Amino acid sequence: MLELRNIGLTMNDENGHPKEILKKIDLKLEPGKLYGITGPNGGGKTSLAKVIMGIYPQTTGEIFLNGQNISALTVDERAKLGISYAFQQPPRFKGLTVEDILTIAAGKKEPRAIRKKLREVGLCPEDYLDRNLGTELSGGEIKRIEMAQILLRNSQVTILDEPEAGVDLWTVQKLSNLFMWGYRNQPDKITLLISHHEKMLPICDEMIVINQGEVQKRGSTQDVWNLMKDELFSKNREQCQGEVGV
Amino acid sequence: MNLTKIDWNIMDKVADLHNVPTGAVNIRLNGQAAIRRSTPNVCVTNSPETGGLVVEFRAGVQGEIAHVPVVLSEPGLKDAVHNTFIVGEGADATLIAGCGIHSGCHQESRHDGLHEIIVKKGGRLRYIEKHYGEGEEDSPRVLNPTAKIIIEENAHAELEMVQIEGVNSTKRVTEAQIAAKGSIKITERLLTTGKQEAFSEISIFMQGSDSNAQILSRGVAQDQSRQIFQAALVGQDECNGHLECDAIIMDQAYIQSIPEIRAEDARAVLTHEAAIGKIAGEQLLKLMSLGISESEAIEMIIQGFLR
Ligand SMILES: Nc1ncnc2c1ncn2[C@@H]1O[C@H](COP(=O)(O)OP(=O)(O)OP(=O)(O)O)[C@@H](O)[C@H]1O
Ligand SMILES: [Mg+2]
Repeated sequence: MLELRNIGLTMNDENGHPKEILKKIDLKLEPGKLYGITGPNGGGKTSLAKVIMGIYPQTTGEIFLNGQNISALTVDERAKLGISYAFQQPPRFKGLTVEDILTIAAGKKEPRAIRKKLREVGLCPEDYLDRNLGTELSGGEIKRIEMAQILLRNSQVTILDEPEAGVDLWTVQKLSNLFMWGYRNQPDKITLLISHHEKMLPICDEMIVINQGEVQKRGSTQDVWNLMKDELFSKNREQCQGEVGV
Repeated sequence: MNLTKIDWNIMDKVADLHNVPTGAVNIRLNGQAAIRRSTPNVCVTNSPETGGLVVEFRAGVQGEIAHVPVVLSEPGLKDAVHNTFIVGEGADATLIAGCGIHSGCHQESRHDGLHEIIVKKGGRLRYIEKHYGEGEEDSPRVLNPTAKIIIEENAHAELEMVQIEGVNSTKRVTEAQIAAKGSIKITERLLTTGKQEAFSEISIFMQGSDSNAQILSRGVAQDQSRQIFQAALVGQDECNGHLECDAIIMDQAYIQSIPEIRAEDARAVLTHEAAIGKIAGEQLLKLMSLGISESEAIEMIIQGFLR
């Protein structure tokens, strides 16, 4: 069980003014479930994922994994405990190759596993293992390599941050299938799939909507999907139109 | 003269050598030629004028390799050399140079080298020079190489210069003249730690039409070390040049990067890029999220950057 209690996050914006990004988030996430996390841009989904991974230290609240308080653990300690995060925008590295980063992700697993996972995300190992993670890979390729790392890690808790972003339509379908087989109905695994995509969200068991730093809705995928379409987005549109006239 | 275990360790670091290589070789140990061998295609001798080493690849030979490492393991030695390396017309050659010092007895050890490199018409040279130092803290290791390079018409040279470990002070001067249709590519990689100081000055003169030059420098400065990198690309005819210096600064280090491009002909096309910065936090966090510690992540990023 992954439990977030009263998680708040305040960070400074570019002008140095504090901004409340997450407000009192309480969530209990159970093993065996694939959760879809969605909501408007800037709502706080990535920030929440980074707080769970330990990349952003929370301002208030605590996080428990299987009853253990992990709030003060560093990123690598959390990784070792079994938390993985696939970045929405993976950083690039001058000098490191695809093989280097996959080797770290693989840990003690056999080198053969690396090739297998690359193929699973639709990249041919012969063409990609030696490629540089600097600037010579496209955005979609970088995302797929990110997925290969996360599949290799095969953690108890996996957070996938818009895995479909920048990836071509064929691969989106492929990834969606991969997640369905790899993360759905896996008794020990807790998976958070952050997405806006109609090929991704329907495979989730449950949906959580994050808006303005809060959990706005939580429920079955079908219910939330319907509500979201009608209520949430029309409201946002109104707000925006209201401001246009000012 | 026999090489000791220490000498062989240095040979491994500077030239990946574990025994005397086949082919042309000159191993300079503590100021003298310990092992020297010529082959029918590569002549290794002494110059009557300078007294220094001359390695000449005969015209037209293909795929020849010569090793000319320098090892200083006698405490307090101050060694100076004047070498001449010649690649004959149309020859294709690889020269593995490199210098390693093992210092001790509270004394400075030092190697000053002047290398004249001539790549004749249509020749090709790949030149690799690694610097390495080890030994006692209070026995500084100093390396000051100067290279004067002449690239004749249609000739090409690729120089790889690496200093990763243990040299307290280095001043490197590299100067090249490139004739028509000739090209040069210089890659320099430098890691300094502790209180080490490194200064590198490169000047390339593209004198012939359609000549080409590339300089790529990567530096990492840690602790209180200092690096100064000064490079000038001078276009004196129709030519193409690119200069790139990229550095990672850490701790209380100091890095100065002075790229210069100079066109003395309207047909010269010259570009440069220079950047100094610390390791991006996002990169560290990404690697840590794969389960390695912060120090392991730093190590990986630096090694990759300098590879
Ligand atoms: N490092 C940071 N410093 C300051 N503000 C930040 C930082 N990271 C995110 N924010 C702000 O927090 C808010 C939430 O951003 P976040 O990236 O979590 O949104 P998101 O829901 O993932 O959006 P998207 O759907 O566009 O990916 C935004 O207003 C953003 O500007
Ligand atoms: Mg996001």
